[in-house]
Amino acid sequence: MGLIPEEDAVEIRERLQGMINPVRLVHFTQELNLEYGREAEQLVRELAALSEKLSLEIYNLQIDKGKAAEYGVDKAPATVIRDDKDYGLRFYGLPAGYEFGTLLDAILSVSKGDSGLQAGSKEKLATVNQPVHLEVFVTPT
Amino acid sequence: MRLAYRFAMENDLIRADAIESAEFPELAAQYRVYAVPQTVINATAAVEGALPEAFFLDRILETLKPAATAETA
Repeated sequence: MGLIPEEDAVEIRERLQGMINPVRLVHFTQELNLEYGREAEQLVRELAALSEKLSLEIYNLQIDKGKAAEYGVDKAPATVIRDDKDYGLRFYGLPAGYEFGTLLDAILSVSKGDSGLQAGSKEKLATVNQPVHLEVFVTPT
Repeated sequence: MRLAYRFAMENDLIRADAIESAEFPELAAQYRVYAVPQTVINATAAVEGALPEAFFLDRILETLKPAATAETA
């Protein structure tokens, strides 16, 4: 029994038809996992199977320490959304419910190479010249 | 959350994490997150709620050091 019901899979597959360039999901799991750990890995596996433009790499936070350091990932489950470039997008926890849509949105934006923001926002963002770390706390429902 | 990801795409100095708060309660407690969404900026400032794009961006930029952005106004 999958986590993504067949009727949802059909809809997700359709949305992912909008992808242009390949996107890589880099997922970090860990042994003796947290509440949603196993589900998170299963969910990204099922998601990655829904588009040939989506690829998936899975690492273990405890074992693959070099990879975790490379991505700056210090907790699991974690999912990095990237293409050839790492834009600094991370999802920590199980991307379920409303936040599953957030993950799809990020995949599509990366794939299209366009943030979809207003021109004014892009101009302002281009002027930022110091590191900015945004941590957005969300809930699974 | 979608906006934070989109902001990160526009500038290599910006990175964005979505954090499922029930999964990481210690971190949520550390930042005193009582309601979601809450956006923590550089571990020091916070913006509560889901705001429209331009307003959300301005709130984030306001929290940065004055020298951080070239004034475009």
